[in-house]
Amino acid sequence: MRMLKYSEAIGEATVQCMEADPTILVAGQSVDDHKGIYGTTTAAMRRFGASRVLDIPNCENAFAGIAVGAASQGLRPLVVHTRDDFMFLAMDGILNVAAKWRYMYGNKGGVPVVMRGVVGHGWGQGATHSQSLHSVFGHFPGLHVVTPASPADAKGLLVTALQGDTPVVIIENRGLYEVEGEVPEGPVGVPIGRGRIVREGTDVTIVAASLMVREAERAASALAALQGVSAEVVDVRSIRPLDEDLICASVAKTGHLVVADTSWARYGLSAEVAAVVAERAFDSLRAPVRRVTPPDSPAPVSWPLEEAFNPNADAVARAALEVLGLRGRVAVGEDELARGFVGPY
Amino acid sequence: MTTEPEELLRAMVRIRAVEEGLADVYREEQEMRTPVHFSIGQEATAVGVCAAMRRSDLVYSGHRCHAQYLAKGGDLTAMVAELYGRETGCSGGRGGSVHLVDLEAGFGASSAILGEMISVGTGAAWASAVAGRDDVAATFFGDGAAEEGVFHESLNFAALRRVPVVFVCENNGYSLSSPLSSRQPAGNSITRWADRYGMPGVRVDGNDVFGVYAAATEAVRWCREGRGPYFLELTTYRWREHVGPNWDYDRDHRSKAEVDSWIARCPITRATEELRERVPGIDRARAQWETESREELAKAIAVAKASPFPAVETLLSGAYED
Ligand SMILES: Cc1ncc(C[n+]2csc(CCOP(=O)(O)OP(=O)(O)O)c2C)c(N)n1
Repeated sequence: MRMLKYSEAIGEATVQCMEADPTILVAGQSVDDHKGIYGTTTAAMRRFGASRVLDIPNCENAFAGIAVGAASQGLRPLVVHTRDDFMFLAMDGILNVAAKWRYMYGNKGGVPVVMRGVVGHGWGQGATHSQSLHSVFGHFPGLHVVTPASPADAKGLLVTALQGDTPVVIIENRGLYEVEGEVPEGPVGVPIGRGRIVREGTDVTIVAASLMVREAERAASALAALQGVSAEVVDVRSIRPLDEDLICASVAKTGHLVVADTSWARYGLSAEVAAVVAERAFDSLRAPVRRVTPPDSPAPVSWPLEEAFNPNADAVARAALEVLGLRGRVAVGEDELARGFVGPY
Repeated sequence: MTTEPEELLRAMVRIRAVEEGLADVYREEQEMRTPVHFSIGQEATAVGVCAAMRRSDLVYSGHRCHAQYLAKGGDLTAMVAELYGRETGCSGGRGGSVHLVDLEAGFGASSAILGEMISVGTGAAWASAVAGRDDVAATFFGDGAAEEGVFHESLNFAALRRVPVVFVCENNGYSLSSPLSSRQPAGNSITRWADRYGMPGVRVDGNDVFGVYAAATEAVRWCREGRGPYFLELTTYRWREHVGPNWDYDRDHRSKAEVDSWIARCPITRATEELRERVPGIDRARAQWETESREELAKAIAVAKASPFPAVETLLSGAYED
């Protein structure tokens, strides 16, 4: 299979879905310019032009509702936010309207709105430009929330989202945009709600989402090489619905669980995964669960603090050793490819 | 209290020298690891408005905030240290270029989410009025931020409650790479919103520092007298790319000819020319100010670099009361 970058996979899915379905429109601030949202909308702009790739005013609040209205009448808006933090301004439309539409109006149909939000990563993005909001969105019934970690899933999950009838929030991490991987040529969907075993193992389960899947993989390689520990890495791929069966089956096998996430621990994905395992696979657990997340503060700009703030492979490896009651140390080091934003910018 | 015309020029020259110097160092060294938005070419708006205010008045701004911070008297060394992510930065290295603050100088806050400070500036001015003080606030934002709902909600509230806030829209014609024409209907006037909400509003050439100063003086007087909010739309132009130290013409959204036509309308050149007849030796003075400002920046950079980074153990401090 040929290789694509994560960003190219998003672009390809967009174009192929727009070709198949003329009701799909891309909308967002400066989606039509030379930068094309880190290259993800460039191909669609080139292929379909400004009538289907729309530069919109700074109107996140209204546009969430506009997209719902349009979706209720036959359009399929793909709304792009260059930072998911900007989606806070769109919360009413997303949570009070889109998420509840089908239920609140007596199950007469859904609103197929797809919203992409990019998590800023690297180069001091700071408190309001690097938050991972998937856990926030994951709280609300009525939405689907996905967090692709690989180019194949970036494409496949977007394809499924654009073909479905449920509002979908896609949270992408800027640190993944340069990552390459095998991607199917055609517009083949990846089912929403099914996780993926990224790496099989027998000693400890590491459940991760988005950028942390990469970190978990790097940690697992190092654990195997340096400590002879066999870690199984589970990529949830979808926050809501969550693939509880896959997670619990893995924990049943390994008896140990680490959850790694870029959203905070409190009320976050890692809390949800731990709760699911406590409810459904309690007897399999041979040690307390460990969570690897950002510490309980907003994101700092200063780079030594930023480095300490971002959860990484080292922290994942440390947590895995801890739950296994092992003492040693595993130093994994930095991931050059997934640094996200770099200067000068 | 009036500000001499030379002082307005001097303040612009200083801000220009600081920002151009920072842009070079930012690009060459890559040690200021945080996004920066320069106001190069837009100095007259910040200088003209802030010169009409007193120290206890408050100023708020968005992401493009160095100029307002400096014009209001914000500490240069603390700003530079913030860009370098140092403990001695004005926000302790936590906030970066888009989260400046200097309460002693009356710079209330800047932030990077569009429109936020339109409402926060309104609230700060409201608090001053509620407490019976006659301090006013000015809140700066771009033409792009004026599209957000919070803009309208803030104007409505301010007019309703007669809040002593000056809304300062720096209309530079772009939001990222999007020109005004792709974001607002033809014939729209941002100033006219003021009218609709029942407050005085004027549109002024934002590259004419003397014109801005005169308009802002009237606006501040109006607010200070308790007559409610006031609106200024200042037309200007950003020379550099939206974020970062470089030039961005001839990518696809604006031409070098367009940028050059605005460089020809440089607010500093213009003020210098206007003062040339009245103030003998103004060119020499300007050159002198440039040199001084560059030296001042060099010193600030040296201090910042010699300052410690925040200790990793302090990562959580500030999330709540310590
Ligand atoms: C709510 C929100 N939406 C989008 C952005 C991304 N963004 C940052 S600056 C900017 C352009 C703002 O244009 P304008 O307000 O005119 O200010 P200028 O950059 O021209 O000074 C945009 C869209 C943001 N920071 N916040």
